[in-house]
Amino acid sequence: MADIFDRVKDIIVEQLGVEPEDVKPEASFVDDLGADSLDIVELVMALEEAFDLQIPDEDAEKIHKVGEAVQYVLDHQ
Amino acid sequence: MELGGKVAMVTGASRGIGRAVAVTLAGLGAHIIVNYAGHVEGAEETATLVRDLGVRTLVLQADVADQVQVDTMMQQALQEFGRIDILVNNAGITRDNLLPRMREQDWDAVLNTNLKGAYHCTKAALRPMLKARWGRIINISSVVGLSGNAGQSNYAAAKAGLIGFTKALAKEFGTRNISVNAVAPGYIATDMTADLSEENKTRLLSGVPLGRLGTPEDVATTVAFLASEWAGYITGQVIVVDGGMSM
Repeated sequence: MADIFDRVKDIIVEQLGVEPEDVKPEASFVDDLGADSLDIVELVMALEEAFDLQIPDEDAEKIHKVGEAVQYVLDHQ
Repeated sequence: MELGGKVAMVTGASRGIGRAVAVTLAGLGAHIIVNYAGHVEGAEETATLVRDLGVRTLVLQADVADQVQVDTMMQQALQEFGRIDILVNNAGITRDNLLPRMREQDWDAVLNTNLKGAYHCTKAALRPMLKARWGRIINISSVVGLSGNAGQSNYAAAKAGLIGFTKALAKEFGTRNISVNAVAPGYIATDMTADLSEENKTRLLSGVPLGRLGTPEDVATTVAFLASEWAGYITGQVIVVDGGMSM
C-alpha cells in the first residue's frame, strides 16, 4: 500500500509539477493540485503505463483525488 | 533546416505526395515509418529511396480506416524506434461522383480513410508525443476542402473536416509543444490526378498563376518546413500549396 502510494505520488509530482508534500490522499487533482483536463488525461496515461493497466474512460472519470487513484491501482493490479 | 534523429510516420507513403514527404524528411535526417494500405511494391520502393539517404526505415502495412490495424502499426513502430516525433496524415482516396449518384459506400470509404484515418493515427501517435513534450502533426488536406469541387462532395467534406480537426488539436495540445498544421495542396501531378481529361487539365492550369502543375515535392518541402524547428511558432494553420490557384 505504502509502496503503491509512493509510486503514484512520484508520478503525480512529475506529471503535474507539484510539491511532494502537497500530494495527500484527500487532495483533489483539479482543486488542490491545479490540474486541467489534459493533465488528468496524461496522468491516467502515465498510471496505465507504470502499472500496466488499461483504465477505461468511465473509470478514469471517477478518479478525482489522489487517494482514489491509489485505490484504483490497488484494486486493479 | 534539419530533422536529424527525429522519427516520422508518413501514412499513404507508397506513392505520390506521401512518398515525396517520406523522401524529403529522410533527406533532412529523419528516420521514416513508411505506411501503406495495399501497394506493397510502391512502399518498398519508397523505403529504398529513404534508406539510400542513410536513415532507418520501417515499412508497415495498415489500413488507416481500421483502428486495430493502426494500433498494431503504432506498437510495431514504437518497438523499433521508441518514439514518434512527426506524424504526417497523408493517406487518402477518392471516389468521385455527383451526389445523386454517390453510393453510401463511396461516401463512407472516403470519410473513413481521409478523415477517420487521421483520427486513428493521431490518437495513437499522441501518447508518445505527449510524453516527449514535443510533436509535429501535419495533415494533408486539399484546396478542395476550402473551396469545394463538383463531384467531390465526399472528398471535400473529409478534407474540410481535416482542417477543423487540425485547429481543434492545435488548441488541445499547444501547451505540450505539439503543433498541428494542415497543408492544402492544389492541383498536383500524381496518380490521383492523372485520370483528368486533357480538357480539364488545360482548364485547371489556366487558373494557376504559376502556370504549372504542382509536384509532390512542392508539397513535401512545405511539410518538411512545418515539421522542423523553423516552424516552431506555427500551429493551427492551413498552408495552401497550389501555385496561387485558390486566391
